[in-house]
Amino acid sequence: MSVPADPYVTEDGRQIGGVLMEMKNITLRFGGVVAIKDISFDIREGEIRAIIGPNGAGKSSMLNVISGFYHPQEGEVRYKGALRPAMKPYEVARMGVGRTFQNIALFEGMTVLDNVMTGRLTKMKAPIWRQAIWRGVAEQEEIHNREQIEKIIDFLEIQAIRKTPVGRLPYGLKKRVELARALAAEPSLLLLDEPMAGMNVEEKEDMSRFILDVNDEFGTTIALIEHDMGVVMDLSDRVVVMDYGKKIGDGTPEEVRNNQEVIDAYLGVAHG
Amino acid sequence: MEILNKIFIAPFADMVAAPDFLMQVLWEGLVSGVLYALIALGFVLIYRSSRIFNFAQGIMVVFAALTLVGLHEMGVPAWISVALTLAVMFGLAVTIERVVLRPLVGQPDLILFMATIGITLFLIGLGEIVFGGANKVMITSELGIPTGDLVLEPFGGLLILQHIDITAVIVAALLVIALLLFLNRTRMGRAIRALGDDHQAALSVGISLQTVWVLVWFIAGIIALVTGIAWGSRAGVSFALEVIAYKALPVLMLGGLESITGAIIGGLMIGMLEKMFEIYWGGPLLGGNTESWFAYVLALVVLLFRPQGLFGEKIIERV
Repeated sequence: MSVPADPYVTEDGRQIGGVLMEMKNITLRFGGVVAIKDISFDIREGEIRAIIGPNGAGKSSMLNVISGFYHPQEGEVRYKGALRPAMKPYEVARMGVGRTFQNIALFEGMTVLDNVMTGRLTKMKAPIWRQAIWRGVAEQEEIHNREQIEKIIDFLEIQAIRKTPVGRLPYGLKKRVELARALAAEPSLLLLDEPMAGMNVEEKEDMSRFILDVNDEFGTTIALIEHDMGVVMDLSDRVVVMDYGKKIGDGTPEEVRNNQEVIDAYLGVAHG
Repeated sequence: MEILNKIFIAPFADMVAAPDFLMQVLWEGLVSGVLYALIALGFVLIYRSSRIFNFAQGIMVVFAALTLVGLHEMGVPAWISVALTLAVMFGLAVTIERVVLRPLVGQPDLILFMATIGITLFLIGLGEIVFGGANKVMITSELGIPTGDLVLEPFGGLLILQHIDITAVIVAALLVIALLLFLNRTRMGRAIRALGDDHQAALSVGISLQTVWVLVWFIAGIIALVTGIAWGSRAGVSFALEVIAYKALPVLMLGGLESITGAIIGGLMIGMLEKMFEIYWGGPLLGGNTESWFAYVLALVVLLFRPQGLFGEKIIERV
């Protein structure tokens, strides 16, 4: 592995820290189907980590393991150095792991603002009666939360639609609102499940820019799944390649691109 | 001509001639309306947080009232009975979440609706086994609810307000205000509103389905207890109360399943309109007893013109 174990600074000047999340020998089965087979990799603080692979490789399953939606039968998940017990998704979310979904999961009946606001639910700590009358601690909290949200809304350039019910928005914008909601929770690890699926070139460029900016500006560690190889190679610091539930490559985009197994998985092997 | 007179002229002439009586009618209507609204609120709350149409809301009113009176009959002091009844409603919420909702997560709405019918039948059976099927008297005075009358004399006439009714209206109003503050301003309220829209998304922002569901069913249980006490004080505690609880259905059709404001306004409207119709039109024209069906006919008419109810979210299907 060419990536040094100690903290280092990338070519574009971003600080990469120690290991934030580590997956150790993860195996996930659904009945007789093995979705993930003995995979280990780590995600380091401040980096953009991509998980790629052909359809059905187990990428989304892996993301669901990280975010607590699935529980692996074997292996361990270590978060900030400590072993993470089997947790419910909402507990993982409260620990600081935010995520978006491949098929977009938003609160369709609520406005963009309300949707993003739900991202800060875990940040509301004031006693419930104070929240009800909006006084004292609760008021300060509410003001602070709204300021944070406005920052994110500005950042992702969705000011114009803040009062629009999410159900009426086009696909590309929904994806952006979902990202905003995840960011509102100030996650230490942000998981993006195909953030650019189904987008046109322009939308993809926008989204790539946002992902880079989020990482740069807030220092958020990002793990993402993506199909578009060009995008992945441009965005990420390190890439895990999966195929049929197994890990077939792990390293910098350059290393992965030249890995024979990866090339075979994507282009097919000549059987001669 | 006589019939037209009876429909279009005589009722209004009566109203003008005896404004104190009109006020009495409106007051009576308001009181029933407030209780309809409360029951409807229970429906709305559960629907908003889980898209379940909770058929059991009506029987929960009976069950709560029955538990309260039953405990008191066993010699438990009145206010401790209230506390114990609340504990029972909480236990019920936890049980329903564990045994019914959790295994059925993600099933079609109809299945969950059927499950609530199952809960209804179960509660009827349980109530009868534990407390018997006989009619009971609500422990109104034991709870310290005043039972006298307040007599006013507006327009030189007579207006009698029962203290029980005044108490019911005030308590209901406070409960509604508390609920609105809770839903619109607190963290849990936001979670409840969010959960109804998308379970996965709710989980990803740190909302626990279980906690919210237990909470919502418990709140519905509290509402049921308050309604049960208020209604039980007027009509006694029996399984017949359940039928009154179904009045919440036309209220919901009028107000829309999603809207809390709708439930309140719908409840008040139905309460007052059915009372007015009974006194001024139903009695003279149809021989009375219109209160049992008027609300449903009204709801039907509303459905014909506004299928989403007066305040419901407009249903737009994209094709």
